[in-house]
Amino acid sequence: MTVNPGAFLAPVVDWLNANFHGFFAVVTQVIEAVLGAIEGALLVLPPWALIALVAVAAFFAAGLRVAVLIAVAIAFPLGILAARRPRVEAALRPVLDVMQTVPPWVYLIPAVMIFSLGKVPAIIATIVYGIPPMLRLTTLAFRGVPKDLKELGEAIGAKPGTILWKIEFPAATPTLLVGLNQCILLSLAMVVLAGLVGAGGLGAEVTRGLTRMEMGLGLRAGLAIVAIALLLDRLSRGALDRKRKGA
Amino acid sequence: MENSEVLIDCRSVWKVFGDRSREAIGAITGRGLGKQEVLREFGCVVGVSDASIQVRRGEIFCIMGLSGSGKSTLIRLLNRLIEPSLGQVKVKGRDIAAMDAATLRETRARHIGMVFQSVALLPQRNVLENAAFGLEVQGVPKDERNRAAEAALAKVGLSDWMLRYPSELSGGMQQRVGLARALTSDPEIILMDEPFSALDPLIRRQLQDEFRQLTKDLGKSAVFITHDLDEAIRIGDRIAIMKDGVIIQTGTAEEIVMNPADQYVADFVAGISRLHLIKAHSVMISAGQWQGAVDGLPRCSPEADIDALIGQITETGSDAIAVEEDGKLVGIVTIRNLLLGVRGDADASAH
Repeated sequence: MTVNPGAFLAPVVDWLNANFHGFFAVVTQVIEAVLGAIEGALLVLPPWALIALVAVAAFFAAGLRVAVLIAVAIAFPLGILAARRPRVEAALRPVLDVMQTVPPWVYLIPAVMIFSLGKVPAIIATIVYGIPPMLRLTTLAFRGVPKDLKELGEAIGAKPGTILWKIEFPAATPTLLVGLNQCILLSLAMVVLAGLVGAGGLGAEVTRGLTRMEMGLGLRAGLAIVAIALLLDRLSRGALDRKRKGA
Repeated sequence: MENSEVLIDCRSVWKVFGDRSREAIGAITGRGLGKQEVLREFGCVVGVSDASIQVRRGEIFCIMGLSGSGKSTLIRLLNRLIEPSLGQVKVKGRDIAAMDAATLRETRARHIGMVFQSVALLPQRNVLENAAFGLEVQGVPKDERNRAAEAALAKVGLSDWMLRYPSELSGGMQQRVGLARALTSDPEIILMDEPFSALDPLIRRQLQDEFRQLTKDLGKSAVFITHDLDEAIRIGDRIAIMKDGVIIQTGTAEEIVMNPADQYVADFVAGISRLHLIKAHSVMISAGQWQGAVDGLPRCSPEADIDALIGQITETGSDAIAVEEDGKLVGIVTIRNLLLGVRGDADASAH
């Protein structure tokens, strides 16, 4: 017996494409409009050496930022829910494992089919890839809030929302920032892949280097990605250290 | 206690932990099972078993027990941080198990303060913000809550530390902030969950005295959990002794030391000094049993403790002291009575 998931999924994707084309087109346009605006705003910066580096980072990071933002928006509430309800966590765990282990190219296929080539499928694949670390660390962060602090909240008659924002969130922040840091760095790893589906940016340079067998081009783009990774890592780590010092 | 209004009335409360706690409770009410049987039949741990306490207005009520005796569970049943499995807890005459979430929050916010062993200060907030936190979550405007917090911090002697962060404070100071936070909301009742257990002995004694003084000055009632009998005696107006989830004995320190309910309590109180605990009225004999003259004897009140009586005897060189109440002779304390009292013999008075 052979298992052929494509036989089931392909018609679904085709059907989605046929019936919801208008909707997906709108999604594409909205995301591209947001990206275009961010890119435009960032490229206005004067092209001095350091600023240029930041601008290049930002040029490509615009897409990344949207992806990270959406990934966090999905992962954060789910992570809190998983921290409160062990059953939700048990249900989410295998899904997260699949999301992290299925090669990211696989997400790209339906994403490209639905949203066509360009930045949007790349962003969607990045979101899927960025959710698991953020979600897992959110769960960990909220699990790690000292029990006596939560008890304090209840004992002084605080509402559940107040306990969440005024007690749990500040106590969980250091771990949450680690999650954000991981989410950003893993999303960065998707950049090259995004180049394959025509998302442009440094990923496109790497792809070009690969297809033309130009070592120099590929290496230069690769190093630029590393530079951006370091920059983003230090920036988010800086926020983390400030937080720790304050505590 | 003249004013005997009961603020917390906790009647026959049980707490059973475990997956089959519901069945276990059924068996307890239906078949009258005890905690051993419950553990054997249902695998459920009985945290608190048939506990009844009444805390009166203005009283400091100590619950003393070793770890695992259920004292921390019991104090959490009083503000429903833990739901009782069975029994009733009334705070100011209202059954807290019947309250909806909003009423319960209101009751906790306004009537019951709590201080934790771990202090539970928020590390990213300074001392003033921590002390004002209870009012902050009640939505009290900033000026007003800061004023209340400043007043409470002044009471615990931390006026100069308001802008510091908890990590800059010593353990004793942190616990003062915890106490100030509880006082800021001006509750009638303060629940103290082993607040001084983690402190070193000198600071601890100092805080015990300060706490007792402050509670009495402000007219608050307190339930004070401790594993230290000396602490319970220093602080408590009445003491309940807990073991394995059961309250073995409730009474004043003198009652417990003089008449321990069982061997466990007797062993506990064996090392306690009687000097300040036992009063003249507990050791005196009736005037009729005294052969000598009464007129020349030094006088004392029935509430004078043995320490004071020994002082009087050694200063005056007399053999006995006459105990007087409202100018009327009520009994005589002899040197023999004093010696028996020091040893803690319940039958020190010879009648």
